[in-house]
Amino acid sequence: MIVGSSLRELRQRRRSVTATKKITRAMELIASSRIVKAQAAARAAMPYTLELTKAVSMLASAYDLDHPLLVEAEKPRRSALLVITSDRGLAGAYSANVLKLGEQVRTYLEEEEGQEVDLFITGQKGLAYHEFRGREVAASWTGFSESPSARDAKTVADELVKRFLTPTEEGGVDEIHIVSTRFESMLKQTPRATRLLPLVVVDDDGKQEAPASANGDEPLFYEFEPDARTVLDALLPLFVSNRIHTALLQAGASELASRQQAMKSATDNAQQLIEQLTRQANQARQAEITQEITEIVGGASALSESA
Amino acid sequence: MDRDPLKVQVVSAEKVVWSGEAVQLIARTVEGDIGILPGHEPLLALLVPSRVEIVTADGRQEALFVDGGFISVAEGRVSVLAQEARMGQEISARDAQAELDGLTLKHQNGEATEEEQHRMHLLKAQLAAAEKAAR
Repeated sequence: MIVGSSLRELRQRRRSVTATKKITRAMELIASSRIVKAQAAARAAMPYTLELTKAVSMLASAYDLDHPLLVEAEKPRRSALLVITSDRGLAGAYSANVLKLGEQVRTYLEEEEGQEVDLFITGQKGLAYHEFRGREVAASWTGFSESPSARDAKTVADELVKRFLTPTEEGGVDEIHIVSTRFESMLKQTPRATRLLPLVVVDDDGKQEAPASANGDEPLFYEFEPDARTVLDALLPLFVSNRIHTALLQAGASELASRQQAMKSATDNAQQLIEQLTRQANQARQAEITQEITEIVGGASALSESA
Repeated sequence: MDRDPLKVQVVSAEKVVWSGEAVQLIARTVEGDIGILPGHEPLLALLVPSRVEIVTADGRQEALFVDGGFISVAEGRVSVLAQEARMGQEISARDAQAELDGLTLKHQNGEATEEEQHRMHLLKAQLAAAEKAAR
């Protein structure tokens, strides 16, 4: 029991903790309802990703094309680093984790590979983090971290592809890396770093194969309109945009899952605190009553003795 | 026709817009209109902003709007992919027409930017899809 804390103070603290609990509880519920939507959006976007990946890997592997988005720079000198963070806080260690990995990747690129790094940020949290440290941010986008649309992804992709296609001497970049959070499950979200450009188009098993027909004997010979090169030209920016969209969707779901968990433990903590404060308040009340009785009895006996 | 109907799906970046079986599909590639019937050879073609028409296996007509993207055909499966794709009946013809009228006026005065001209193409395609779906 806190010595000297009066009954009034204890009650006041309990009231304030109760109010906090209401807020965290509400945020927990909001996060858990939104996460269902975020997961549905990620699921709904899957067919597009699958079909696009299929078409691009078919084109890139079956036809030996030296598209600029596929060609590796001999000695990369400048990289763009896209860090995907949240717009709002109160999501536990979500933003801290992804920013920490971003720092590691940046240090690695700068010190191990001797590259310059241009920072690109999505999400208010990441922006504030870097601005506070006085770092230069090449471009940033905010306002869609919880539910990114395909159009948001396209805006980001257009800017990055533009930088990539600009010659290094004129301020372009040779590589693009993404640091974002992958949604593994409701309980587990891991920050990950991947290289976005130059693209490595491989199947999940890591092999590059000529497209085979379903029965697996003969590769299919596609007819292209207008021609393979032009089709690839048009598809690759879509592919990049799609990769970014997928990363944003995963990050959005992760953010909500982290927030839900953080708010759940905050609610639980508040509940514990309320119970503790209630007990203390009751004790203080008992003590006050006991004191009063003692005083009355003491006063009465003093009177009867003097009489 | 003794061939199996085509398995078609029209997919936008955000979801599957339409999927089902079809006996015929018409789309507009960068080289012109193309009709796909069951048994079509493997094809990968770029689309322009346009209307995609589908005759379903049970004889209904569907019209969709795509903002470009591509079509791929292989082994009886047809996929139409576009950043944005919508069913014709989900497009408000009146809104599209109003916006188009505004831009056309601008265009006639020679004030339309490249972006706005592209937007005009998109709107025309939306209108085409909406009209076809309304019929």
